[in-house]
Amino acid sequence: MKSAVIFFPASNCDRDAKTALTQMTGKAPAMVWHQDSELPDVDLVVLPGGFSYGDYLRCGAMASQSVVMKSVRAHADKGGMVLGICNGFQVLTESHLLPGALMRNAALKFVCKPVGLEVDETQSAFTRHYSNGQRVTFPVAHGEGSYFADEETLDRLEGENRVAFRYAKGENPNGSARNIAGILSEKRNVLGLMPHPERVVDDVLGGTDGRALFQSLIENLS
Amino acid sequence: MTKITPEMVREHGLSEPEYARILTLMGREPSFVELGIFSVMWSEHCSYKSTRFHLKKLPTKAPWVIQGPGENAGVIDIGDGDACIFEMESHNHPSFIEPYQGAATGVGGIMRDVFTMGARPIAMMNALRFGEPSHPKTRHLVSGVVSGIGGYGNCMGVPTVGGEVNFHKSYNGNILVNAMCVGLARQDKIFLSAAKGAGNPVVYIGSKTGRDGIHGATMASAEFDDASEEKRPTVQVGDPFTEKLLLEACLELMATDAIIAIQDMGAAGLTSSSAEMGDKGGSGIELDLDKVPQRETNMTAYEMMLSESQERMLAVLKPGREAQAEAIFKKWELDFAVIGITTDTSRLVVKHKGTTVADMPITALSDEAPVYERPYTERAPLTGEPAFDKKKNVLESLKTILASPDMASRRWVWEQYDHTVMADTVQVPGGDAAVVRIHGTQKALAITTDVSPRYCRPDPFEGGKQAVAEAWRNLTAVGATPLAVTDNLNYGNPQKPEIMWEIVAGIDGIGAACRALDFPVIGGNCSLYNETNGEGILPTPAIGGVGLMKDVSKMATVAFKRSGDVIILIGETKGHLGQSIYLREIEGREEGAAPKVDLGAEKKHGDFVRGLIEAGRVDTVHDLSDGGLLVAIAEMAMPRGIGANIGIAGLPDDIPFWFGEDQARYCLAAPFAEAEKIVEEARAAFITVAELGKTGGDRLTLDDKSSAGIASLKEGFESWFPNFMSGEEIPVTN
Repeated sequence: MKSAVIFFPASNCDRDAKTALTQMTGKAPAMVWHQDSELPDVDLVVLPGGFSYGDYLRCGAMASQSVVMKSVRAHADKGGMVLGICNGFQVLTESHLLPGALMRNAALKFVCKPVGLEVDETQSAFTRHYSNGQRVTFPVAHGEGSYFADEETLDRLEGENRVAFRYAKGENPNGSARNIAGILSEKRNVLGLMPHPERVVDDVLGGTDGRALFQSLIENLS
Repeated sequence: MTKITPEMVREHGLSEPEYARILTLMGREPSFVELGIFSVMWSEHCSYKSTRFHLKKLPTKAPWVIQGPGENAGVIDIGDGDACIFEMESHNHPSFIEPYQGAATGVGGIMRDVFTMGARPIAMMNALRFGEPSHPKTRHLVSGVVSGIGGYGNCMGVPTVGGEVNFHKSYNGNILVNAMCVGLARQDKIFLSAAKGAGNPVVYIGSKTGRDGIHGATMASAEFDDASEEKRPTVQVGDPFTEKLLLEACLELMATDAIIAIQDMGAAGLTSSSAEMGDKGGSGIELDLDKVPQRETNMTAYEMMLSESQERMLAVLKPGREAQAEAIFKKWELDFAVIGITTDTSRLVVKHKGTTVADMPITALSDEAPVYERPYTERAPLTGEPAFDKKKNVLESLKTILASPDMASRRWVWEQYDHTVMADTVQVPGGDAAVVRIHGTQKALAITTDVSPRYCRPDPFEGGKQAVAEAWRNLTAVGATPLAVTDNLNYGNPQKPEIMWEIVAGIDGIGAACRALDFPVIGGNCSLYNETNGEGILPTPAIGGVGLMKDVSKMATVAFKRSGDVIILIGETKGHLGQSIYLREIEGREEGAAPKVDLGAEKKHGDFVRGLIEAGRVDTVHDLSDGGLLVAIAEMAMPRGIGANIGIAGLPDDIPFWFGEDQARYCLAAPFAEAEKIVEEARAAFITVAELGKTGGDRLTLDDKSSAGIASLKEGFESWFPNFMSGEEIPVTN
């Protein structure tokens, strides 16, 4: 599997993503600067966590207008895989590659802690290696991660089995609607999620629950 | 030219003798700009004029020290060509006036100190002191400071991995915000600030200069009064996005060989960065302020020289490398301007709109700055063992202590800091020390900040020793070899002889401990005049310590991990209750002698424990400090809900045994066979050792008689902070 990590001026989980991808695929991802207009030939594009352009405006709003996002959109349109983690998820909703929006956490505070999740949908290239309803723990680290969409959109997401991850009962750290932690695009080739699977691929860092996500992708793409 | 009046001199915080000295050094009356420059460079904050004489007594050398005090940060050798660069700095006064921005820019400032030397910051710590919880401003200040630290550090993508939060009434009008940054560089890529050589371009990089923060250094060198909040305009505003750009751009420039010297613009901005670079390089600097990127119109030379606008750096490049550097800063969308040149005159010359507004010998701002051996009055340390009610229920007291402001879980605080970004945080906040892996290796750095101010008022010397010893112990308890410290000395007004004595004795105590423990001081910062309306804070010499682990897989943590482990106490327990948490929280008194620190015992016990961890024989260790033995055992039981059955036969008094704060002690847990060997080896080494009982169950049971559920202890421990911050509880303390 060939992968690329996009980095914006204030991306800060680009290294986390690079480390996880290198460890899982055995190959370092291509690192792509936000002003580059062309993507290398890759199977997977990762939009990492961070603060893209400082995010003083809505998180990800400016990043969605960047040069590189045109190519990311084209990659997604032709069925390429896109994974947006944390700020990457925010960029994906701002770019309308995924529906809904991520609002300020309900408690109005940044929150960094491990949270329990349930894998809600295993029929996707991102989640095949999990079992349905499997309980996993990923860390979250965000100030604006409260997923919001209108009722119709939420019904549709659920009806089309596009909710990949939900916060487990009592674990919702940000007030997300219907405990949604991560969603798939209509064509199921784009996944955005607030928790960080790339921070849990190494036992010494407190868990390996994120590995199955990368394993699913590797199996699917090679 | 503006005529300098005695009022102007006073308003600039300069004394009459100091002004007389300026006249002598200049050989004429200074210009207004020059007066401003003297004022900041001779301020306590920049010149260390009250402490410099005493700081010289600190041990600063060891074979592994690459750079001691005097640069932006200290540097140590951590093997394989790697260097660890770290520093701690206060941002106390600004944080009291404007907690969010004060704390945020404190974080930004210390990060710049570290990356200006070529290091990528890999971890942040902080040491915070607030007034008593019942004080009307405390909650607002806690909330603002914590979100300011998080707001800046999270955006930078550097994990904030731990620190300290304490409450005491002496900080009611003067909180302490000390931030520490730890970075990593290659030993052959360390950048210093000496602007050697003449004719080299001086370049300005980063944010534009505005009117913010003018005279911040002078403010930081004065006592507070009720009108201090009017000083809000002197607090700078932080922009972490720009700092992130600056970090990446500087590291990119540093990968080339274009830089001769580089220095961040911190306190006193352009003035101190240019003067210090010239001073260290033995050269002169000529600046043309018309070239300085400006955020506001009609800025005067005085304003530009004294502005403390954030996220700026000054560098001296090799001639002809300007275009290469400019391209990098353009890529990162930062301002870049050649604003001056180095000269061979040893003078700082500042030009603005075609006229020379300052022309002064640089040594007048450095070597010739005043140094005071201020008079001090010794005060005998408090002595005596305080009385206590022997009938108090031990487990009830434990519950109260675990749910008290200084001892309750700080989860509410550190969950607002991204402590796992960079994917190398091996030990998260809540343990004895944070542990951060060195990327791509099995090596790791352990980091801690420590001081017990309640010991430092009754006995500044022992208190200084204890701060160092506790930092050393915390690093040891995770299995690291302690290597070096940075000290952040927070005290009151040094012009009061009794405060000056606290400073002198504190520094002596730190020095004694650092010498005995082979734990040199490689950097630091002094924050004096921490007083409000004449009331000084508790002396608070915060120690930031760093240690190295060769194999992170051997790391120990405080949590009990198995049932049936034997709990071992290393070190002698006399039951010292003076100035203890127990006495304060249960008896409501701050009395008696501070505990004495036997540095020989510290070294011996610590080396013994570290040896066990490094050999992979023990994975459960906790240092004993605030609250004593029983609090430590509860802290070991709570993380995984594994209880313990403990007791010791023939105790004359159980309260001092369980809650005394004797130093040089550790609590370990290990499987039976291993534990037996450890006890035997400790005895053979003449180390006091005791077996206290075994882990297991979900209760903490004392002497088979009374017990408390771990879940209920944890409930109190975890709920105090969130309850306090949500306004549900404002206990009266201290």
